[in-house]
Amino acid sequence: MSGHSSYVPKSGFERWLDARLPIIRLAHDSAVSYPVPRNLNYMWTFGGILVFMLVAQIITGVVLAMHYTANSLLAFNSVEHIMRDVNYGWMLRYLHANGASMFFIAVYMHIFRGIYYGSYKAPREVLWILGVVIFLLMMATAFMGYVLPWGQMSFWGATVITNLFSALPVIGEVIVSYLWGGYSVDNPTLNRFFSLHYLLPFMIFGVVILHVWALHHVGQNNPTGVEVKNVQKDTVPFTPYATIKDVLGMVVFMIVFGWFVFYQPNFMGHADNYIPANPAATPAHIVPEWYFLPFYAILRAIPDKLGGVLAMGGAIVILAFLPWLDTSKVKSMSYRPIARQLFWVWVIVCIGLGYLGAMPPEGGYVIASQIFTVLYFGFFVALFVVGLFERPKALPTSIADAVLASAKGGSAVRMAGAATAEPNVKG
Amino acid sequence: MSRTSLRLALAGLAAGLAASALSLTAVRAAEGRVEPPALSWSFSGPVGKFDRAQLQRGYKVYKEVCASCHAASLVRFRNLAQPGGPEFTVGQVNALAATYQVKDGPNETGEMFDRPGRAADAFPSPFANEQAARAANGGAYPPDFSVLAKARTYERGFPRFVFDIFTQYQEQGPDYIHALMVGYEEPPAGTTLLPGQYWNKYMPGHLIAMPKPLNDGQVEYPKGADGQPQVPETIDQYARDVSAFMVWMAEPHMEQRKRIALWFMPFLVIFAFLLYFSKKRIWARMPDGSATH
Repeated sequence: MSGHSSYVPKSGFERWLDARLPIIRLAHDSAVSYPVPRNLNYMWTFGGILVFMLVAQIITGVVLAMHYTANSLLAFNSVEHIMRDVNYGWMLRYLHANGASMFFIAVYMHIFRGIYYGSYKAPREVLWILGVVIFLLMMATAFMGYVLPWGQMSFWGATVITNLFSALPVIGEVIVSYLWGGYSVDNPTLNRFFSLHYLLPFMIFGVVILHVWALHHVGQNNPTGVEVKNVQKDTVPFTPYATIKDVLGMVVFMIVFGWFVFYQPNFMGHADNYIPANPAATPAHIVPEWYFLPFYAILRAIPDKLGGVLAMGGAIVILAFLPWLDTSKVKSMSYRPIARQLFWVWVIVCIGLGYLGAMPPEGGYVIASQIFTVLYFGFFVALFVVGLFERPKALPTSIADAVLASAKGGSAVRMAGAATAEPNVKG
Repeated sequence: MSRTSLRLALAGLAAGLAASALSLTAVRAAEGRVEPPALSWSFSGPVGKFDRAQLQRGYKVYKEVCASCHAASLVRFRNLAQPGGPEFTVGQVNALAATYQVKDGPNETGEMFDRPGRAADAFPSPFANEQAARAANGGAYPPDFSVLAKARTYERGFPRFVFDIFTQYQEQGPDYIHALMVGYEEPPAGTTLLPGQYWNKYMPGHLIAMPKPLNDGQVEYPKGADGQPQVPETIDQYARDVSAFMVWMAEPHMEQRKRIALWFMPFLVIFAFLLYFSKKRIWARMPDGSATH
């Protein structure tokens, strides 16, 4: 997709720099002239929103780290010092804590969008796998960040999750003692988690650069899943078209973000984390942050500890294999009548698992978690099988045809229009 | 076809969640949890503010009753004068702080010494450490009040937690604390309490180590022009006032937060509309001037 560079240096300095370090050319080619399919819907704005969230988290996080103390005796009160005595410290902390949740809302929308429109299929497999790597790094970062306030849920969440690694044969115990830096979650654990919590976002940033590089090399997928055939007719330049749309998406997203930060700052947190960590008192129900709940439900659905850990890990890792698990050649599920229904059931299964992860692991909840776990993995099996026999609907011949047909309205017209319509150029 | 199956699946999910929410309520009741009534608070909602007089009364209740066992070690006297709180005057706060003796030091001879409190000092704690607090309270540890209003809650369950996003209900903490203050009852027949145990309707499990802390008429409130207290001197009113004060202690910058939101949120909405119309305008034409659709 990345074609011939259209950058023309305008001043003497730009020409001088361009001959030595073509950095303005790089920015121009990737953020101004970069061709974007003209039929992208608002689900495509979450990529930009995620970049915004990553930068916002790093900026608020760096300032918070100036005031935070990573010591098990001081951490809780240093967070309260930020809340009480640092100028706008409450805002920084609420932005950062709710920002983590908003980051995950955006990444889940981004992943669901990628699955629905088949954005993982050739030639975007590496782009997709890099995305799964980013998701894993995000989970590690968020988990360690939640430990830093050193409240009850920080401490007991860290205890439960780090203990999971002990289920792995041979290396399990070693991993756990390296995570802890001792014989239990304690001050050394807090120190190394703080160090890693500061490090991992920059690793995420690095993988994001690779992710965007891969994206700009293969070009964006689009709601039809039909690749760009004619750059003139099928695409628009990134600026101003995608820029304005992404900024609009970001601002609408910020309204939701602001609602939580300013009106409901503790809605997505857990009250027990305002109780200082106490190794001698276990909370009644230990639950992770909401964005881990579906995976937590899968973990608890399996009666065996190692089995649960493997199922939980597998639930994430299986995403990386999606390009080869889905056997259909058609990308967009808009044209796949069976896969599309499977997708929506799977979305409901994911939400259901999230609910079950928050419930106590007793009676009917365990049985429901087990059923939903089977359904979660069943989706991938079903995609494999369905792709072999499903008869897709007729695809539009090009992106431009799809746009023109939908502008005329009606799906019947879309099919007919796709075959015949020439762009009715007015201007 | 797919619409129908989607609707069926959604309906099934909703029914399943509702059924499990009902069973959860039963589980909670079996565990001895009674939901506290939701009260009306001056500080709730997007433009809610603390009632200064209520916070000042709440401080009086805290100081005269609660503070004999409960610390609030993260709150400083100067906080009582800052905007968005009880807003005592600086003079009042300095005079108040000076009534306490605060341990300081070491001095140049290496001795610790007592000096009168200053506005910058934290509220002095009633006990030297947790062990001393437990020893004086039959083994129970009276929790620190600094963030307690945010550390106490009760399960909202599905679907109420979804509605809470829109109604901005988040006063589980003060509702629970108020309920606990007014929830002391005689234990049901057949229940024997051990020494140092009390029965409270709203305490999870009903057994609480804290004796009934408040009684009618216990704390004297400021009088109005007619010589009568401005608000009734009852357990219920004391509990409301001290709960509000605890919310302020836990969230001292709440008013600033909501004040910023008052211009920032409308700004974002207007900005979004402007962007939306700009976007429509840009997207009306392809780069070569032809219509986009």
